[in-house]
Amino acid sequence: MSTKKIHWYKYAAPANFYPLAGKMVPWFTGVTIILFIVGLYLGFAVAPTDFQQGEAYRIIFIHVPAAWMGMFLYVLMAIYAGIGWAFNARLGSMMATAIAPTGAIFTFISLVTGALWGRPAWGVYWVWDARMTSTLILMFLYIGFISLQSSIDDPRRSDRAGAVLALVGLINIPIIYFSVQWWNSLHQGATIRIASKPTMAPTMLASMLVLLAACWMYSIAVVLVRVRCIICEREREAPWLAGAAA
Amino acid sequence: MKRPSTLTMFSWLVRRDLILAWRRRADVLATLFFFVIVVSLFPLGIGPEPQLLRAIAPGIVWVAALLASMLSLSRIFGNDYQDGTLEQILLTPQPLFLVVLAKMFAHWLVSEIPLVLVAPLLGVQFGLSENTLATITVSLLLGTPVLSLVGSVGAALTLGLRAANVLIALLVLPLCIPALIFGAGAVDASVNGAATQPWLLLLAATLVVSFVFAPWATSAALRISLE
Repeated sequence: MSTKKIHWYKYAAPANFYPLAGKMVPWFTGVTIILFIVGLYLGFAVAPTDFQQGEAYRIIFIHVPAAWMGMFLYVLMAIYAGIGWAFNARLGSMMATAIAPTGAIFTFISLVTGALWGRPAWGVYWVWDARMTSTLILMFLYIGFISLQSSIDDPRRSDRAGAVLALVGLINIPIIYFSVQWWNSLHQGATIRIASKPTMAPTMLASMLVLLAACWMYSIAVVLVRVRCIICEREREAPWLAGAAA
Repeated sequence: MKRPSTLTMFSWLVRRDLILAWRRRADVLATLFFFVIVVSLFPLGIGPEPQLLRAIAPGIVWVAALLASMLSLSRIFGNDYQDGTLEQILLTPQPLFLVVLAKMFAHWLVSEIPLVLVAPLLGVQFGLSENTLATITVSLLLGTPVLSLVGSVGAALTLGLRAANVLIALLVLPLCIPALIFGAGAVDASVNGAATQPWLLLLAATLVVSFVFAPWATSAALRISLE
C-alpha cells in the first residue's frame, strides 16, 4: 500500500537492534510512569468502594493485570524462543531469555496479591482453587525455563534447549489447566468460588485497563533494557559494540 | 553390508538396553526400593489410622512413583552419552524418532514396570480393596509411559549438565502434573466407589498426546545437546 518500505528484518540483527532499543527505552519508561500514575489515581482515588468487599477489592487493580501479564508473557516467550530456534535468529532467543524473568515476576506478584486479597475476602491466604493452582504451576514452568538456561554455559545450546522446553510447556499449559480444573471440581465442593463476578463500575474497569497497559509498557521497557544487556554480554567481541558504547 | 530394517534396529536397541540394565541390576533395584521406602514412610509420619491412610493412599502411591521415576531418568541417555555410544546411535541412518522411542520403551520396561508390579503390594499395606488394587495397577500401567515419555525430554535437555538430576526433576515434574491428577483421580474414585473409567480415559488421552509430541521433542533436544 505505502510506497515507503521499512526493512524490518534489518532489526533482527543485534547490531541494528541495539541502538534502536536504546532509543525506545526512555519512551516506554515515560509512558509506563504516566500510565501507572493515572491508573493508580483512578483505582485508589476515583473508583468507588465496593459494597461487598470494601476497600480490599482495590488489590485487583494490581492482581488482574499481573495475572494476565504472567500468562501472556509465557506465550510471547515461547513464540520468541520458537522463532529464534526455527529461523536461527539470535535476537529471538535473546528476547525469550529477556522476557522470562519479567514473566516470572508478574506471576509471582499475581500469586502474592491473590493471597493478600484472599485473606480479607475468604478468610484464608491460600485455597487450592483451579486458577491459583494453575498459576502456581505456571510459575514452576518459568522457574524450569530460567534454571535450564542458566545451567547451560554455551549460549547456542542454552537458547535451543530453552526453546524446546518453552514449546513443550506451551503445549502442556491447556492440558494442565483443564486437569487442574477437573481435579478441583472433584475434590472441592462449592466452598469458595471466585467466579461470582459482579458487574464492574466503569471507573473500576477503566483503571484496570489503564494499569494493564502500564504493565505492558513496563514489560516492554524492562525487556528492552535486559535484551541490551544480553546483547552486550554475547557480542562483547564484536567491533560494532565498541563503537556503539563509545 | 545390508542395512537393518527399522524394526530390527528397534528391537536391537531395546535388547541392548535390557542387557545393560541386567548387568547393572543394583541401579534398578535401588529405584524400586526408594519407591517402597517412600511409600512406607508416610504411615510413619502421619499415623496408623486406617481410615486416613485409605484416603491418602492413591496420592502417596502416585507421587512416590513420580519421584522414583525421576531418579532413573538421567540413565536413559546418560551412560550412552558418557561413553560416546549416543553419538554413534545418532549417526545411524534410521530415523531418530525410532531410536528415541526404543530408548523410552526400554526405560519403561526396566524402571517403570517394577514399580507397577510392586504398587498393589504397597496398596495392601494401606488397606485398599481388591478393586482399588486393580485400578492402581491399570492407572500406573497407563500413566508410567507418560512419565518415561515426558521424562526423556528432560533427560535429553539436561544431558551432561552440572546437577542434571535435580534439574530434570525441576523441568519434568510440573509437566507430569496432568498424569498425576488423572492417575491418582482414578484410584481415588475407586476408593470412594465412583466410576474410574473417565479418569482412565483421560489418562489414556494424556498418553496418546505425549506419545505424539515427546519423541519429537526428545529427538530435537538430543540434536541440540550433542551439537
